[in-house]
Order: sequence, then structure tokens, then C-alpha cells
Amino acid sequence: MNSAHQGIWILAEQSQGRIDPVSYELLGRGRILADKRKHPLTAVILGAELPDSELQQLIARGADRVLHASAAELAIFTPEPYSACLCALIQEEKPEILLAAATSSGRTVMPYIAGKMRLGLTADCTDLDIEADSGLLLQTRPAAGGNIMATIKTPTERPQMATVRPHSSRPAEPNSDRPGEICRWEPPAALLSSRVRRVSFERAPDARGIQDAEVVIAVGRGIKKAENMSLARKLAGLLDAAVGASREAVDRGWAPYSGQVGLSGKTVSPKVYLAAGISGAVQHLAGMQTSDTIIAINTDPEAPIFQYSELAICGDLFTILPLLTDKIAASRKQS
Amino acid sequence: MNILVLIKQVPESQATRMDESTGTIVREAANSVINPLDLHALECALILREQSDTTVNLDCLSMGPPAAVSVLKEAIALGADQGYLLSDRKFAGSDTWCTARTLAAAIAKIGSYDLILCGERATDGETGQTGPALAAMLDLPVLTYASAISRSAGGWRVRRMLEDGYETVETTGPAVVCVLKEASVPRLPTLAGKRRARAASCRVIDAAELGIDPADTGLNASPTRVVSIFRPNHLKHSERLSALDPAGVERAVEKIIAIFRQKGVL
Ligand SMILES: Cc1cc2nc3c(=O)[nH]c(=O)nc-3n(C[C@H](O)[C@H](O)[C@H](O)COP(=O)(O)OP(=O)(O)OC[C@H]3O[C@@H](n4cnc5c(N)ncnc54)[C@H](O)[C@@H]3O)c2cc1C
Ligand SMILES: Cc1cc2nc3c(=O)[nH]c(=O)nc-3n(C[C@H](O)[C@H](O)[C@H](O)COP(=O)(O)OP(=O)(O)OC[C@H]3O[C@@H](n4cnc5c(N)ncnc54)[C@H](O)[C@@H]3O)c2cc1C
Repeated sequence: MNSAHQGIWILAEQSQGRIDPVSYELLGRGRILADKRKHPLTAVILGAELPDSELQQLIARGADRVLHASAAELAIFTPEPYSACLCALIQEEKPEILLAAATSSGRTVMPYIAGKMRLGLTADCTDLDIEADSGLLLQTRPAAGGNIMATIKTPTERPQMATVRPHSSRPAEPNSDRPGEICRWEPPAALLSSRVRRVSFERAPDARGIQDAEVVIAVGRGIKKAENMSLARKLAGLLDAAVGASREAVDRGWAPYSGQVGLSGKTVSPKVYLAAGISGAVQHLAGMQTSDTIIAINTDPEAPIFQYSELAICGDLFTILPLLTDKIAASRKQS
Repeated sequence: MNILVLIKQVPESQATRMDESTGTIVREAANSVINPLDLHALECALILREQSDTTVNLDCLSMGPPAAVSVLKEAIALGADQGYLLSDRKFAGSDTWCTARTLAAAIAKIGSYDLILCGERATDGETGQTGPALAAMLDLPVLTYASAISRSAGGWRVRRMLEDGYETVETTGPAVVCVLKEASVPRLPTLAGKRRARAASCRVIDAAELGIDPADTGLNASPTRVVSIFRPNHLKHSERLSALDPAGVERAVEKIIAIFRQKGVL
């Protein structure tokens, strides 16, 4: 049964007809696996009729082939049509591996497909590799609030499936000379019916998803009151960063829940995570410890977060953040 | 109307102990609790029952060791009507596919539900895959990341938290809904509730009674295999700066800016 399955697939995502950058992270991962397995890399993308110019982006970033399921019903994510189309494609083409992003849609459609087709699925992977002898996909993921890491295999069922934590790897660089093929597929109406209908959508006021931000300025109980949140917001505004918060800050109503980082909030791994007035409880660390670089500002020299930071600044956030903001604003004016 | 809440028993503390030699998690039954998000799911069910004009039957279902009866009793203390525990060594080691398959087999046996609620994820395995996989097996739509839930004309209206905002969706009939913390504020058990829970008996169902194919449940039937477990090493070799005087503050700020530049974000 295994040898009948060929090819590495990634599930690319789009919103409003534009490819989401998380797709390029998957292509980076997928390319490495495809080269190791000597299999072609296919990017599957569902949506309403995407133009070639947009699909070419996926080829430029590493896909040998783009498989585009296009229908008006696929413009936004709905679980049933998405999974029905993907199940049909998997049955037809029998890929060996399917990777998706661990986003709200990826984390919904992948287990739904796994449930329908009796497939193994590993959640939220931060590391993927091919085992030398067996050629199996080695999937490594954090669990138990980041306290443990587990490596997981799917010995028999195909495709082997994993969701991959956004920002856990760099996006593939584009190369517009790469060759590749675009295949379009119009799914039959039977696959597009849904018992769920979107009735409205409100863009979050802080429209930039905290999980997409390259920089997160996070504050905790040390910020002391709601009015002081402007210190974080001003700095974040200059850097095009998102504002994050500990549960203490969220529970006190100083910051919205959508910005809560940690076990019962969001998991982020930006290029820079600046934590001001956050002690570093294990539940907070669970949501940010895979960040590329962590900077902590805390008055307590014993704050646990210091152990997890590249730069540990023992000092008062009320003097440091304003000066930092002023200096960055001034350097912006000069240039 | 019938509502089912899925409840997982999890270790209370995140400081899981690990047996490094065997790569397995050491579970101490003594300090097991209801998965925190399942309390939010239960609270949503209790509120829907309070708001309903018709009688609502509220059941809870858990798969776990015999001791997991305690989390079902806790749910009854909070207001659930009946608890079902799936317990058998044959279920042990199930991955999310087998867990969902076993839960689905039980649901087919115990009743038909207009709404099945679960937590968005459990604090130990943390996959968030059980709810969607279960929905697929029951051929129901799934609504994940739910931050609010209410009745709609023919089904349910659910507000979902996505990366870039909130969407509101409606279903035409029964659904599986996986809730976030935002969905509700769990109540505390009342004295009367605790008394009722003490008197209540939960129904325990084993593999034989469930009649599940051994090829569908437990470690050996699971598509995924945990091949190793290890402790992550996130401890960093930090550079320490003291910023307790103006010169120190200045140095710290310069250093932060240098990192922003080096990372290409400034
Ligand atoms: C099941 C469960 C889930 C949880 N989920 C989450 C979660 O998702 N996210 C989360 O964050 N927490 C979560 N928690 C809570 C967590 O345990 C901590 O309580 C919380 O993270 C602490 O927030 P804090 O660091 O802001 O507050 P504190 O621990 O009170 O720390 C405040 C820090 O600010 C410092 N400080 C004070 N004044 C200043 C100043 N002027 N300048 C600089 N530093 C200053 C102090 O030294 C201190 O270190 C969870 C807990 C449980 C039990
Ligand atoms: C370190 C580690 C990593 C793992 N990684 C994976 C993996 O990547 N893929 C995989 O398939 N399996 C994995 N497993 C196995 C998985 O944890 C189990 O299958 C478990 O039964 C599902 O747990 P979860 O914590 O992921 O649940 P989640 O899917 O996160 O739970 C979501 C909700 O489903 C309901 N629910 C879950 N379990 C039960 C239950 N037993 N009884 C009643 N309701 C329940 C609850 O409402 C819960 O809030 C892993 C296990 C470990 C120890």
C-alpha cells in the first residue's frame, strides 16, 4: 500500500485571493522533505479562481506543481467543502505526505480529513525530518504546555499528515526562474455542499494577528494599569509589532484576550519577543518560548523569564520603554 | 433537546513528570482535574439549558482510567444530568484517531445529540484534534475556536476566533463545537450539586459492552506512534544588563535597538 503513495504535498492558504505567507514556510519545509525523498513537491490551494500570477508565487518558492481547486464556495474556509475536496484529491492522487499550517483552518480541516480517512495526524510540529532507513516522516512537537517534546511517526497509514506551527521556520525565498506546472480543478457540486454558513465577519481592531507579527511587545502585571498600555502600543506602532499580554494583564481587563500569550491563549514565535513586566510563569512560557529572540525587562533580578531570554534587562519598564520608543522614533525621523 | 459535553481528565500541574528511561509520562491519579477548557464547554451547555424553553438533557462523556469517574462527578456537581465513562485497558494508548473513534462508538450507543461540546484542546496531549476527528466520524459539521454559542433557527450560531478577526457562522442542524476560554465563565459547584454528585452513579462502559473492533481502539490500532519523548532545552545563555541607573537604561535601550536591527525588524 505504501509504495503506491508518492509525492509530498503542502496545503497552501489564501485569504481574499492572496496567498498567505504561512504557505511559504510550508514550502520551505516541504522542499527539504521532497529533496530527501526524491519526490515532487505539490502545493494544493483551495479558493475561488486564483490568477496564474498568484499561483506562480508557489512555484517560485519551491513547488514543482500547483494543484488549485477552484470554486466560489471555496473562497473562505468552511470545514465540509474543504475536507471533501481534499479527501477526493488524496484518494485520486495518493500523496505520501501532507503538511498543513497549524492555523485555525489547518487545525480544523486536517483532523476532519484524518477522521474521515483513518489517517495519522501529528499536531503543531516544530520540526520535521525523514528517517534515514525507513523513509518515514519524523514529526516533532511540543506538548504539555511546552514541558515536553515528542517525536511521532505514522508507520502505515498514507499520507502521513502533520500540521506545522506557524513561524517555526523561515519562509522559502522566491526564485522566479523555477519551473513548475499549474493544474486547475473544478470540484463537482456534490463536494461543495455545507451545513455551515458564514453570516458575518468582523476584522479584529488589532487586525494584525499576533501570530503573524514579526515582533511582539508583551506586557504583564508589571504594567500596573490600563492607561499604561499606551507605552506598549506606541512602541508596537513604530515597529509594526503586535501587542501581547500575560493572563494577569488580560484578566485585569488591561489587554484583550485576543492578545493573550500562553497556554490558555495564543502561541507565538516572532523574530523578537519583548516581555516587559512579565515574570515568566510556565503557562506564559508555553506560548512564547519558541520565539527567535526573547528580550525581558523586569525589576526582579530573579524573574524566571530571564533564564529563557537572550537579553535579560534588570530594570524598570517605565523608564526603559519610553526611552526606547523615543530613540526609535528619532532614528526614523533622521532616515 | 440533548447536549453532550466531552470531558478529559488531565494532570493538574503542567510540571509533568517524565520517565526518561521509557519516554512515557508518569501520571499521578491523585492530582487529576477536568481539562480547564472542558469546564468552559460545560458552562456553555449549562447556559444553553437555562435559556431553553424545552427540556434539555445534559450528558457528559469521558474516556479514561476508572479514576476519571471523579471528573464526571464534578461535572454532575456543576449541573450535568448523567455521566458516562469509557474505561478499559484496551482503550489505553489511543491516539486522537482512536480516541475519536472510541468516543464516536459510545455516542452511537448512548444517544443522539443536538450539540456535542468539547474543549478546543486538552492541556496534556494538546492536539485539539479529537473534536474535529469525532465530528468527521459522526458525519457532523465541526466549529472550532468557538468564543460564543447560541441557538439559531434550525441549529446553532457560533462566533469563531480566527487569526484576523471573528466570524459568525450558523449551522442547519446538529454540530460538534470546540470552545475557547472566552466562550464562558465557569460557575462553582453548589452544596446541593455536590450532594447530588455524591449520590449519582456514572455508567462505566468497557470495550466488550461497547462492541468496538479491537482494530479501532488502543495503542496498537493507533495510526500515530510516539517514538520518543524528551525535555526541550529552552534555557538560554542570557546576556544580563542592569538598567537601574540612567547610564544602564541608556545601554539597555541601545542593546535592544541593536537586536531589532540585527533581526531586520527596524
Ligand atoms: C491552567 C492555567 C493556564 C494559564 N494560562 C496562562 C496563559 O495563557 N498566559 C499567561 O500569561 N498566564 C497563564 N496562566 C497564569 C500564569 O500562571 C501566571 O499567573 C501569569 O502568567 C503571570 O502573569 P505576569 O507575569 O504578568 O504576572 P506576575 O507573575 O505577577 O509578574 C509580574 C512581573 O512584573 C515585574 N514588574 C513589576 N513592576 C515592574 C516594573 N516597573 N518594571 C519591570 N518589571 C516589573 C515583577 O517583578 C514580576 O516579575 C495560566 C495559569 C493556569 C493555572
Ligand atoms: C506527548 C504526546 C503527544 C501526542 N501527540 C499526538 C499527535 O500529534 N497526534 C495524535 O493523534 N495523538 C497524539 N497524542 C495522543 C493524544 O494525546 C491522545 O490521543 C489523547 O487521547 C487526545 O488527547 P489530546 O490531549 O490531544 O486532546 P485534544 O484533542 O487536545 O482535546 C480536545 C477536547 O477533546 C475532548 N477529549 C479529548 N480526549 C478526551 C477523552 N479521553 N475523553 C473525553 N473527551 C476527550 C475534550 O473535550 C478536550 O477538551 C499524543 C500524546 C502525547 C502524550
